[in-house]
Amino acid sequence: MSLQTALSIENLSFSYGGKKALDQLGFSINSGECTLLLGPNGAGKSTLFSLITRLYDSHEGQIELCGFNVKQQTRQALAKLGVVFQQTTLDMDLSVMQNLRYHTSLHGLGRKVALQRIQQELERLNMYERRFEKIRQLNGGHRRRVEIARALLHKPALLLLDEPTVGLDVPSRLAIVEYVHQLVAEEKLAVLWASHLIDEIYPEDHLIVLHKGQIKAKGTVDEVLQTTGTMSIKDAFYSLTQGEQA
Amino acid sequence: MSFLHYWRAMWGIVGRELWRFVTQRERFISALVRPLVWLFVFAAGFRAALGLAITPPYETYILYEVYITPGLIGMIQLFNGMQSSLSMVYDREMGSMRILMVCPLPRWFLLLSKLLAGTGVSILQVYVFLAIAWFYDIHAPWQGYLWIMPTLLLSGLMLGALGLLLSSFIKQLENFAGVMNFVIFPMFFMSTALYPLWKMKESSVFLSKLAEYNPFSQAVEMIRFALYEQFDQHAFIYTLVAFLLFMAAAIIGYNPSKGMMVKKGGS
Repeated sequence: MSLQTALSIENLSFSYGGKKALDQLGFSINSGECTLLLGPNGAGKSTLFSLITRLYDSHEGQIELCGFNVKQQTRQALAKLGVVFQQTTLDMDLSVMQNLRYHTSLHGLGRKVALQRIQQELERLNMYERRFEKIRQLNGGHRRRVEIARALLHKPALLLLDEPTVGLDVPSRLAIVEYVHQLVAEEKLAVLWASHLIDEIYPEDHLIVLHKGQIKAKGTVDEVLQTTGTMSIKDAFYSLTQGEQA
Repeated sequence: MSFLHYWRAMWGIVGRELWRFVTQRERFISALVRPLVWLFVFAAGFRAALGLAITPPYETYILYEVYITPGLIGMIQLFNGMQSSLSMVYDREMGSMRILMVCPLPRWFLLLSKLLAGTGVSILQVYVFLAIAWFYDIHAPWQGYLWIMPTLLLSGLMLGALGLLLSSFIKQLENFAGVMNFVIFPMFFMSTALYPLWKMKESSVFLSKLAEYNPFSQAVEMIRFALYEQFDQHAFIYTLVAFLLFMAAAIIGYNPSKGMMVKKGGS
């Protein structure tokens, strides 16, 4: 089966005033690939996400989503994108169903299709029976599940996850990690997952190590270990990031 | 992108805002209490102090309460516009604004839908206020209650667009107090909401000029005339132009290439 490029980034740079936040980034993600974006705080992960989602705009480099240029074909590109942001973006005073219906209306889905998709996604995450509860009543793990369900309602080709497991307990974290990998394997979804938690990586995942706005390493887990000459991802990560800090 | 997509998205945004408003009872009550306090307390106190001559659209001597009613309608919309702007800043800080901004529709359309939603809420508030005012013996011709609908839409959009523009400049929620001091209060007090221009001219020509050029004054006059079944063309055009200018500036403010979003930095 031929792999389709879901995300392609070339020579991407971005500065806040005079301070360079991203410097000549380039990588691509194919469908059916889970790519972990690793980097310490301030590495530029959230800036990169803001550029992919076009909350920010860069004058240097280009970003393509499923072949659509984010800058010139913004709407076609964004239609292919599902996002879970670091902070929760659900409306606390509305129910699970109302939050999801809001999302489906923003993506132009009709009532029948919307209700079908909502049921399908919530059932997969064991949340369907809680659809009429207000978000405020849900715990952190369940809120995250709702956000993941929401990001998938319009059937995106690429799912962006910006540290979605921060602040969650271990079982909730593991459940999300497992679910996302299952989506990659079964639905051939492309995933870009920003994280600083090394134990969320599966052996078949791809890695991008970002530090001070530059890509320090990229490739499969094995390739990164080989390049850095280390035995574990943890060692590879420290050798790539702390060396720079010293 | 089909027409249906735009339609569904707009109703999604408007419906969400209306639902939030109806379920947030405190917000509904506090939005009404403010103009009612002005009507019942302030107007009653100033009734004796301010003598009003007969000026259009009024055809006879009127009570001060009657005079300030359109001003208080404007006040409801002004505060609502600023409240929407506050919620935009809050949404941006909390992140929920991002969900709106990353959906596959043009940004101007999303901002306009958000504005329409806020205006819809303010029109609801205005009609509830007018119903209460009716029982306080403030009556306008019944057709006037229909005539003001389009003017409320335009004034609500204009004041909402101003709020939207301000929200594109405000970096943090804490800075919002400045908006109260430097935008809402001067706009409200330096207008024809509480006193007519000729009255203001008696004490300061300069202030009366400022009030005349204040778009809030023009919105209030547009509403005042419409409530008495008259069309104030000058006020209408002035408000419309102000809306278009504020809206265009707000769209630029929210444009990732040109606006304030990039300058704000961090995410």
